[in-house]
Amino acid sequence: MTQLIESTARGLYCAAGGFHIDPWQPVERAVITHAHGDHARPGSAHYLCAAPGLAVLRARLGEGASIQAVPYGEPIDMNGTRISLHPAGHVLGSAQVRIESRGETWVVSGDYKLEPDPTCAPFEPLACETFITESTFGLPIYRWGAPASVAASIEAWWRANAEEKRASVLFAYAFGKAQRILAGLDASIGPILVHGAVDAMNAAYRESGVALPETKLAIELEKGFDVSRALVVAPPSAQGSPWLKRFGDYSDAFASGWMAVRGQRRRLAVDQGFVLSDHADWPGLNRAIEATGARRVLVTHGYTAPLVQWLAERGYEAAAMQTRFEGEPGAEA
Amino acid sequence: MKRFAALFEALDASTRTRVKTDALAAYFREAHAEDAAWAAWFLTGHRPRQAVPSKRLHLWAAEAAGIPLWLFEECFDNVGDLAETIALVLPPPAHASDLALHEWIESRLLPLRELSEAEQKARLLGYWDQLGGTARFVFMKLITGNFRVGVSALLVMRAIAQAFGVESNVVAHRLAGEWSPSAAFWKSLVDDVHAEADRAGPYPFFLAHPLEGDPQALGERDAWLAEWKWDGIRAQLIRRGEATALWSRGNEPIAGQFPELMADAQRLPHCVIDGEILAWRDDRVMPFAALQKRLNRKNPGAKVMAEAPVIFLAFDLLEWEDEDWRVRPLTERRQRLLDMLHAIAGGTRFRATSPLPAATWEGLALARAQSREHGTEGLMLKRASSPYGVGRPRGDWWKWKIEPYTLDAVLIYAQKGHGKRASLYTDYTFGLWNGGELVPFAKAYSGLDDAEIREVDAFIRANTLERFGPVRVVKPELVFELGFEAIQRSKRHKSGIAVRFPRMLRMRKDKAPSQANTVDDARELAGWENAA
Ligand SMILES: [Zn+2]
Ligand SMILES: [Zn+2]
Repeated sequence: MTQLIESTARGLYCAAGGFHIDPWQPVERAVITHAHGDHARPGSAHYLCAAPGLAVLRARLGEGASIQAVPYGEPIDMNGTRISLHPAGHVLGSAQVRIESRGETWVVSGDYKLEPDPTCAPFEPLACETFITESTFGLPIYRWGAPASVAASIEAWWRANAEEKRASVLFAYAFGKAQRILAGLDASIGPILVHGAVDAMNAAYRESGVALPETKLAIELEKGFDVSRALVVAPPSAQGSPWLKRFGDYSDAFASGWMAVRGQRRRLAVDQGFVLSDHADWPGLNRAIEATGARRVLVTHGYTAPLVQWLAERGYEAAAMQTRFEGEPGAEA
Repeated sequence: MKRFAALFEALDASTRTRVKTDALAAYFREAHAEDAAWAAWFLTGHRPRQAVPSKRLHLWAAEAAGIPLWLFEECFDNVGDLAETIALVLPPPAHASDLALHEWIESRLLPLRELSEAEQKARLLGYWDQLGGTARFVFMKLITGNFRVGVSALLVMRAIAQAFGVESNVVAHRLAGEWSPSAAFWKSLVDDVHAEADRAGPYPFFLAHPLEGDPQALGERDAWLAEWKWDGIRAQLIRRGEATALWSRGNEPIAGQFPELMADAQRLPHCVIDGEILAWRDDRVMPFAALQKRLNRKNPGAKVMAEAPVIFLAFDLLEWEDEDWRVRPLTERRQRLLDMLHAIAGGTRFRATSPLPAATWEGLALARAQSREHGTEGLMLKRASSPYGVGRPRGDWWKWKIEPYTLDAVLIYAQKGHGKRASLYTDYTFGLWNGGELVPFAKAYSGLDDAEIREVDAFIRANTLERFGPVRVVKPELVFELGFEAIQRSKRHKSGIAVRFPRMLRMRKDKAPSQANTVDDARELAGWENAA
């Protein structure tokens, strides 16, 4: 088989089409799967993204960036290769990149998940010969519960704290995870406060037509505002910062796929861990791979080696592909 | 099982003592007697023996999860705990189980050990398919024989006391001996505690304050009783009715750890005495390390008892022939204590402290300077006319401790703290020089103020050389003066020494790391000869 996409010093590169996908160094033409920092880096001359992701990508790259947005599924031609972007279900505007050249089809997954998410279009299975997949949670220990039950346990925690007159501080990745949590919440429990980093992404989501409950920017609270029933959504980097002082004797929690493992939960030393990820779990990875019908699977960031070996034992032509993508941020993010 | 799993979750998630106690108390109030008994049994540190060999569990779990063994091992490496790995890799259960905790234990877990391998496997696969999430994890922790959760037995006892409105030391006493987790036991525990209350409980321990400054300020030397401050286990011996009990200051019953004291106690009349349990040989106290071998070890063997023989060095008498003596003056209580102990022919392992004779404060200061030679931590000063107080009122009892040992050491590892300090690097490991390399010799958590903690935290984040899990290896640059109470030989530490109660006295910004102390300095401080 030919190598339609290869990993180069600047990023994943499609020589036939003359473009890079999620390059980690500036290039001429960058196709962006989604606006997370490890996939969308500044400095390239021209960007292409899925239309629903335009506002969030702009928020990341700045007003000056040259960005072309195409609707999901609409093919465009680049040097005779046909490329199209399809929902990956990861975050708002996240896309898989489908590339067709001389009758051969490759799909680059970017980051993806199969669970429903009210803030973005659901993952679309695509048939292809070669599938390039992420593997952030590529071990059988990672199996997500139903998103609705996670949301219910977040609300139960918030409600219990509110009854004890303690603020609930929830650490979640500011782009994607935070909005996914906010979108489903029962806002009648108490006021919802957000950190500046979350607020900036909320604005981009609202601008893109995603409905979010009313939120207040925590630093703009009027004096004497009662935070005792509040839910505070903050990025993991806020953990331990003086910014949290304003919430008094709060209870804290962390929402991440890593919370599935007790040791990782305890290391963060928060009161609660909610297992919620925007990446595919083990059954999800396997289902997605199977649905492509691909014979060849190239595995990027995550538990690359075990997933490659697992797939190879199941008859796939599987190999690891080096990238500089980082997966779901953990404690230090 | 579900409720017990939920309790485990609550205990595991929280670092707040009150939350844990409340969760435990709520569980004990609501649980059926036979479940409460099993829960209390597990939570006070009892464990069933491993029911199924680990090797089989690896194989069967991989099979049930539909993955090859190498992939299961990969998962195990990542998780680090067999029970948790199994709980995570198995698919969600197809069935639900409403079976109670005691049924899971008595009719499922305990019989497993005796079954054939094939039968074990068949049953386990069935059980796995009936348990999800935390319940499966807890069940596997019980099967592998290493169930543990972050509560002390003491906290469990307090929670039971809270749940049933009784004295916690009575609960403690009942749970201390041998008991089997049955509904009958639980009912008797909960019913009898009131009756038990008057029989074997200790008085609240009277505690001394540290003396800062000059003892002259206490007034006339004559008005005070001075004695050595021993570094042992503070304890009360209770002889009432048929009951004989030994309680530590943490209100834990410790009779089981010191059978020779309990045997001798039978020769004492009815009384309650307060004192220190010490490892004692040839009329001298042994290093604390010797006594440590006796701690948390019930029914010690003859060898252990011979290696670390103990005495009870009594300094006060709180009750005499069933009468509360605490309000009487100290001199009167002590006189009765001495008379009582002397009257026992042949003597016992119960002895009385001797007051220090020095007639002036200067003389006492000289005696105090020799504390280390006597194996003590300094002096106790007690007002001769004082009653035995409750708690820690100021003024009558003082501890006049010797100055700590100090060494300058270099910060080499750091780890995040707990609770409120969980986001900051506050747990430090310090190294001393040894042949051109820094070897770890002490860990310290306390002694810095908030501003200093933030400063050190920032330094650590900016100067991390390597990470091992939660531990950061830090550029050896910051020097701290550490204070500690004693130096002991230790085979477990690379430096060959271990120190007691290390704490940070101050940052030595004036010192370069090369100026920090060496392991030889520490050995010299301890008075050992350094090997050439
Ligand atoms: Zn992403
Ligand atoms: Zn990624």
